[in-house]
Amino acid sequence: MTKEEALFNYCLRLGDSSLILGQRMSEWCSNGPIIEEDIALTNIALDLIGQARTMLTYAGQLEGKGRTEDDFAYKRNEREFYNTLLSERPNGHFGDTTIRNFLHSAYYYHLFKVLSNSKDEMIAAHSVKSLKEVTYHLRHSAEWVVRLGDGTEESHQKVQKSFNDLWEYTGDLFEMNKVDELLIKEGIAVDLNDVKKEWLKTINEVLDRATLSKPEDAYMHSGRLNAIHSEYLGHLLAEMQFLPRAYPDAKW
Amino acid sequence: MVTPIEYSKEQIWEFLSEIPDPEIPVITIEELGVLRNVDIIDNRVIVTITPTYTGCPAMKMFEDDIIKTLHQKGIKNIEINMVFSPAWTTDWMSEEAREKLRKFGISPPIKGTADKGVLFANGPKNVPCPNCGSTNTNLKSQFGSTACKALYTCNDCLEPFDYFKCI
Ligand SMILES: [Zn+2]
Repeated sequence: MTKEEALFNYCLRLGDSSLILGQRMSEWCSNGPIIEEDIALTNIALDLIGQARTMLTYAGQLEGKGRTEDDFAYKRNEREFYNTLLSERPNGHFGDTTIRNFLHSAYYYHLFKVLSNSKDEMIAAHSVKSLKEVTYHLRHSAEWVVRLGDGTEESHQKVQKSFNDLWEYTGDLFEMNKVDELLIKEGIAVDLNDVKKEWLKTINEVLDRATLSKPEDAYMHSGRLNAIHSEYLGHLLAEMQFLPRAYPDAKW
Repeated sequence: MVTPIEYSKEQIWEFLSEIPDPEIPVITIEELGVLRNVDIIDNRVIVTITPTYTGCPAMKMFEDDIIKTLHQKGIKNIEINMVFSPAWTTDWMSEEAREKLRKFGISPPIKGTADKGVLFANGPKNVPCPNCGSTNTNLKSQFGSTACKALYTCNDCLEPFDYFKCI
């Protein structure tokens, strides 16, 4: 594997996770529990899709085969996506979405913070920019975790269950392979074990405030690195890709 | 046959600096800090811009407006160069632009509040109401009518208003 091949894959990981989580968030459009949250969730979707566009466009440049951001988004199959398993989890109820976003935003926050110093200029610039947006996403979701966790008995129970259900997808966020190894040596990527330490601090801080308890580490799913997914990604792609696949000549 | 560009970089900057923001027409893309540079290389106009937010839907309109403005001046050979670094910040906004925002009914970003505390920071306090000037206001939502704005309400005149948040 060359450095360029590794970097290409790395950009797909970042771009795909933003794209899939962004698509999930956009499913909230007109379904939010209150108008302010409808707007907030779709604003976050917009940021994420913007982040995906930057990374997928860059991936296309690195690959040098003329593929565009749209080609990557609309013309790949499930087994060619490198998004985190967490990003594809279904929205569930508002509490499920809140916990998923919180776990993922905290991951992105700490990841982009260190990637801001990446030796790859584009990754560094993307991280500096995205970090500003993700900071708002993290703040927004963390406030809701506290409000729901430290809310009524019912809301507490519901989000504790969301936490317990989603926890087994968090191991996947921090797995690494040869791509990481090569890019860490080049000063481009970062050691996800370090990111995990910071991520855990944030998770614990918010859980404490929210009077929620951290689930026990038990079985953890993995898949992201090998483009292996849960049954949910295919359904998500079917909806996202329908129009450009059914009408390949459509312009908008 | 290539027509040589009859304007200087400075003149082209002047033309472009008048393009209004499509959503907040009282301020221009220059005042907003989106327009970064104009260059002429080999009879080609290269306009460098930077996005406010990565997903800002206005960016496509900025590009279209730039091309349209240059076409009207007879300039056809145009390249739009999108840069991400240095990352756009509301700190680039001039006092003049902030005043225009306020008059338009949007409370301008409060300088230097961008990177304070991540968790439970709850947005800046004392954001002045653009309607009555009161600072007795409170944050309703971090996310307003567009990605760049937060929603506040005024406790004195009871009006809701947008706050152009700091990033
Ligand atoms: Zn007021």
